[in-house]
Parts: sequence; C-alpha cells; structure tokens
Amino acid sequence: MKILTGNDLKSGAVTWWAGSYWSLHVEDAVDVGEGGEAILAREMGARRVNAAYVIDAVSTAEGPRPAHIKDRIRALGPTVRLDLSLKPADPQVGAWVI
Amino acid sequence: MAELRFRTDEPQEQPAVTLDAFLDQSNATAVRLEPDDDARALLPYIDRLTMIEIGFPTFRDGRGYSAARILREAGYTGELRAQGDVLVDQLRYMRRCGFDSFMPNVPLNPVVVDHVLNVYDLAYQAAADAAVPVWKLRHG
Amino acid sequence: MYQYDKYDQALVDARVADFRDQVARRIAGEISEDQFKPLRLMNGLYLQLHAYMLRVAIPYGTLNSTQMHMLAHIARKYDRDYAHFTTRQNIQYNWIKLEDAPDILADLASVEMHAIQTSGNCIRNISSDQFAGAAADEVTDPRPWAEFLRQWSTFHPEFSYLPRKFKIAVIASKEDRAAMRLHDIGLELVKKDGVLGARVFVGGGMGRTPMIAPEINPFVTADDLLSYLEACLRVYNRYGRRDNIYKARIKILIHEIGADAYRAQVEEEFKHVKTLGIDPPAAEFERIASYFAPPAFKSAPDDGLDLSDSTFAAWVKQNTFAHKQPGYIGVTISLKPIDGIPGDASSAQIDVMAELAKQYSFDELRVTHAQNIVLPHVAKRDLKAVYDVLAANGLGTANLDQITDIIACPGLDYCSLANARSIPVAQKIAQRFADAERQADIGELKLKISGCINACGHHHAGHIGILGVDRKGVENYQLTLGGSGAEDASIGKITGPGFDEDGIVDAVERAVEKYLSVRTDGERFLDTYRRVGMEPFKEAVYG
Repeated sequence: MKILTGNDLKSGAVTWWAGSYWSLHVEDAVDVGEGGEAILAREMGARRVNAAYVIDAVSTAEGPRPAHIKDRIRALGPTVRLDLSLKPADPQVGAWVI
Repeated sequence: MAELRFRTDEPQEQPAVTLDAFLDQSNATAVRLEPDDDARALLPYIDRLTMIEIGFPTFRDGRGYSAARILREAGYTGELRAQGDVLVDQLRYMRRCGFDSFMPNVPLNPVVVDHVLNVYDLAYQAAADAAVPVWKLRHG
Repeated sequence: MYQYDKYDQALVDARVADFRDQVARRIAGEISEDQFKPLRLMNGLYLQLHAYMLRVAIPYGTLNSTQMHMLAHIARKYDRDYAHFTTRQNIQYNWIKLEDAPDILADLASVEMHAIQTSGNCIRNISSDQFAGAAADEVTDPRPWAEFLRQWSTFHPEFSYLPRKFKIAVIASKEDRAAMRLHDIGLELVKKDGVLGARVFVGGGMGRTPMIAPEINPFVTADDLLSYLEACLRVYNRYGRRDNIYKARIKILIHEIGADAYRAQVEEEFKHVKTLGIDPPAAEFERIASYFAPPAFKSAPDDGLDLSDSTFAAWVKQNTFAHKQPGYIGVTISLKPIDGIPGDASSAQIDVMAELAKQYSFDELRVTHAQNIVLPHVAKRDLKAVYDVLAANGLGTANLDQITDIIACPGLDYCSLANARSIPVAQKIAQRFADAERQADIGELKLKISGCINACGHHHAGHIGILGVDRKGVENYQLTLGGSGAEDASIGKITGPGFDEDGIVDAVERAVEKYLSVRTDGERFLDTYRRVGMEPFKEAVYG
C-alpha cells in the first residue's frame, strides 16, 4: 500500500494522512493508491502538513507498517529511547520498529 | 525598471548586454553578468558603465555577492542590480555587498522589505556598504 | 571567557527579532518551505526525523555555568529533558517546535548564546582545543583567535550562500586535539621570532571524500588574518562547485585545481583585499584577548593526590589532563557511560556539571569534539570532591580515549539523513568491552561511528571506524581501520564487506583481539595497525 507522511509545520510532529486529516498515529494512515502526489500538493499548499512524501507500507493486523525502518522510527520514536516513544508502555514497540 | 531602487539619479534604461557581447567591442553602458561570469573582466570599463545587472537564477547561488563586492571595491559607482530569484530575506546581505537596485522574479512585500532592512543596525565586518563595522565603533 | 558588549548583545537580539518575523511569515504562508529552509538553517533549526532539531552554538566549545544552566532549562521547558553534545562542540535538542524556536533564541540571547550559523551553507561554529588556556604545550590560548573569527564570520554578507558548509578549527599546539587538519580551514598558531601567527591549512574534511588539509600559508599574523581568510573564502565562493552537493566543499576545489593553484589565487585576492582596510586594529584583538587572561589561580604546592580509593584512582589515571599551573588539573567528564547514549546528558546532569564548574573550575566548562565535557581548571585538592559528585550522577565513567569512549552520531534513531542506526551499535560495543581491566589492557583506542556518509561521527578519523550504510533497505555496517584526527592525521581504510549489527560488534572484537596478539610493547591499536598493515586484521575479521 502507499501512505503519506510528513511533519506538522508548527510543532514538527510526525503525521500520517488519515483520509481527511493528518494523524499522529501511523495506524490511522490510509492507502492513497496512485493519488498521493495530488493530495500532497493540496495539503502542503494549505500548510496542513510540511515536507510530506509518499511511502510504501505493508498492511498488517495492527495497521499499516512502513516498509523502511526510517519511517517506522519516525512513527514511534528513537529505538534507543523507547520511553520517549509514542507508546512508552507498549513492550512490543521495539520489535515493531526494528 | 527595477522594483526596488536605492539611488537618487535617474534610472538608465539601456538594455543590458551579455558580458561576451560587451567585451566583443560593444559601446553599451549596461551589462548583465551570469553567476559564472568573471566580474573582474569588467574592471577596465567601470568608468563608462552606468548599470551592471547580476543574475540570481536561484537564490542559493551566492556568487553574485562576491561579484558585487569586487565591482564596488574597484570603484564602480553606477547602478548595481540583483535580478532573478531575489527574495526579501537576502536583501540586507545584498545591500551590504553593494547592490542598490533589485528586480526580483516575484514582487516583494514593501512592509517586509522595510522590516528586513531595518532590523539590524550594526555590522561586525566591513563590506561594500557604508556601515561602520563594530570593531571601528569600539576603537574609533 | 569572552563577554558580550552592547554591540554583541544588540546583534544577537536583532537576530532573534529577525527570525521571529521569518517564522511568523512561514507559518502564515508568506514564504515557502524552500525559501524558509536556508533561513532556519542559518539559525540552526533542522526539520528532522521526529520534530525540529535545534543546534545551539557553543563558540569554540567554551561556556560558563549560567549558560550551562540555561541549556538545561531549555531541555526541560521546550524539549524532553535531555540534550546531545556534538562533534563540533555544539549542543542539539531533538524535539523542538517551530513556534517555540524564537522564544528559545530569546532565552539563549539573555545569556549571550545563540544558534547563529550552526547550519546552512555559511561559516559554522569555529572549534578549538578543549584544553585551551590549560594545556602546557600551547604557544598561546587559541580562543581569542576563534572569537576574533567568530565575529568576522557572523552575518557575513558575502559568504552566506556558499557552495556548501564551511568549518574552521583553531589550535595552538603541536598535538592536535581538535582534528584541525580535517576542517575546511584549520589554523595552527605558532611563534616565529617571537611573533604569533597562524599556519593556514585549507581543504580538509570528512564525508564522502575525506581529505587532510594541505598547508596553504605557513604564517599569517593576526593583523592580516581576516583579509587572508576573506581571500580564501572569496576564491571558494566564486569557484567552488555548485553542480553536485557531494563535490561542493572546498576540499574538492583544492583537490581539482591543486593546492598551488589555490594558493596563488588566494595570494592575488589577498593583495587586493588587504588594501580595503578590513582588518581591525591590534587594539581590537587585544580587547578580545583580555577576556582570556588566566583565572586567578591560587598558588598551591603541587601535592600528590590521595589515590587510595581505587575507583577514584582509575578515574584520575584515565580522565585527567596535566595542567600548566602547578596544583591544578584538567578533568574530562565522560558522557559515554556503558549503557548510555554517547554525548547525551539529562537536564539534571547538565545542571550538576554547571554547578561543579562554578564551584571548582572558575565557572568554566568546555565541550570536546569527542562529545565529552571538560572542567579545565580544577585544583588538585578539590579533585576527589568533584569526582564524588560526578560518580553520584552517572558522570564518573573512567573511559576517556578507551574503546568505550565512542564518538557516535545520532544516526537513524534521530537523523533523517542517516542510513543506519549508530547508537545501538555503540551500546553493544560498549557492553562487549565494559570490563575496566580489559579496557585498560587495550589502552587508547578511538572508535567512531557514523550512520551515513556525511560522517558526523568522524568515522574516517577513527582508529576503528564504523560506517552505517543501507544495503537493499537493510542496515549494514562497514569497518575501517587506521584513521586518526590528531596531528598524525590519516584516513581509515575499509576492511572489506560489511556486517549486520551483531556482526560488526564481533568484527570489532576480532580486530581488537588481533591487535592484542601481535602488538609490541607500548603500541596502541593505531600503532600496531600502522606497523603490520591491513592484511593480518582482514584475515582476523573475515576468517
């Protein structure tokens, strides 16, 4: 699947296109098929997201899992500070990212 | 006509010729330099030039800042124009390098122009403008 | 250390106002991200993996306790309670909001700090020797020269849109503790007939094509230095490549036209620039230098230390540096505890170090390019008290220049440029070699890890270097041997095919074991490698 990710302009937080808004949570990301670039142009133009791009992801039971480890790290946080991850209490975070 | 001009004399409206055309026996008084042109090629002629335009095809290409200073350091007193991808946040450094007129691709907001040209009133180093560097203010 | 006068303060304050306006215009959409990017970079603000990252300047690595406390405050108020000290003596915060950045810069300005030109294609922080003002082998304190250049390079109107970034280092001793030869411009201060001047090296660097800077001028005095550097920068600005970001540093220009041709162009430009009168008078240099007069050392007998406590004794042996003033000693605080993150410190730890400096080191600290902190002027009789506080706060690791004193860039855990994670590799290696006796036996071994070819971890200059690469979407690590960032500068050589994360740790161990098995008396890892060459190590690593 193809999903969109970027950063919030003001806060810098990593966000994921959830179909009608930008979510902080990768599990909300929707498959944009081939329509990603058009959505990016519109959303970045309106400054609802910054520096956004299209990535490959695999559909899993827990939601989309970005194909590249870099985007998985973006999704949850640094692997060496799991206490700072988006899900500090989740013991599976490290395994999901790596 | 430059969008922004910091000179009191009348603008000279001769078309600017390329450096190659100028050096090839032109009696033009206005020349345009591209980023990879050598500004020093004009030094023998600065007394009869009234306008030198330096192109900025992309604002990231900073060669024009050196070209401008070289011309001013050699004593060029005519109009020195920055043309192209000239953005408001580069104006102050461009002024300090000796540019006194600007023809940006995209019009500038005059309120912002005024702000960026006045937010600093000190300079650490000497350049091609009249600003007295801080070290001189310290020691007279 | 230097203190701002009203002019310095007015300039940083103006910069805060300038940036605040730029941020407002970006948020309002009046400037695009493409137009805003160089502006925010020139204020040290990156858009990074998790958020904006702010790199605050610590000029030539020197700061006082007030400033250190402010850095802790920023971590607490605007970030996640910790920060990272870098290989250019700066500090980075990883979780910054754009909308907070102007306020952070205002807070910094209130203690004479800033984030000016810590990124972007301009002249960056000027780095120096962490033991400046304390080392017995310096011909002078290099920091007045660094401050002199900091002011000259700040908001330089001609050199803010260079082909690429520009890094300068200044040292004043034969021993190079700042990797000076691996900078775009390196200055080694020397004395000739009683007069101080700089040996000027131009064209060093790491990254994709590491190079050691050749000497361009053997002696430039302070009253010619700014004109000479203007000439060096102007030639680069005019002729540096702009077609390919991997070939845009000055090292490539000098490599392509040759040092002789570059020198000749600089000399010609210098003759011209010298006529412009841009060099400040000697009085300005002396004014700056007056801030770096030695502190009010108390004359004390140079007593021996009570080393009956073996943990303290081990730390003294490893982490202290002989001071030129009898009775005093330099202390390196290791930010490389075995299970920690190299170069990171919590806000609480930063506050502890600030207080130690205030109480025991004439209110001065230094950041080293190896991502550690130095208290430059500690009285020997205070050393135990200092150590006890450090040990109680996770800052007492006795591993300076040993294999667990790893330089590691933030890597893929933090950096969008990275190809691989570097911190987990550093941690695994540190855990493997944690035993103090084993480390003492191995001796000096500078291991450096970069998560990508940009080489912010200085892996090319590692006795053992590790480079993270992306091999078909999977993290992979290359091993290099024999690099050095000291005065015997050399670029590390790659051993062969790369390894996965566990594989690289094993490979490092095999290389170390090989060293131990063939070394002669007194040889460090680097010396043995230089004597026996790559072959024995290659065999050991790949079997």
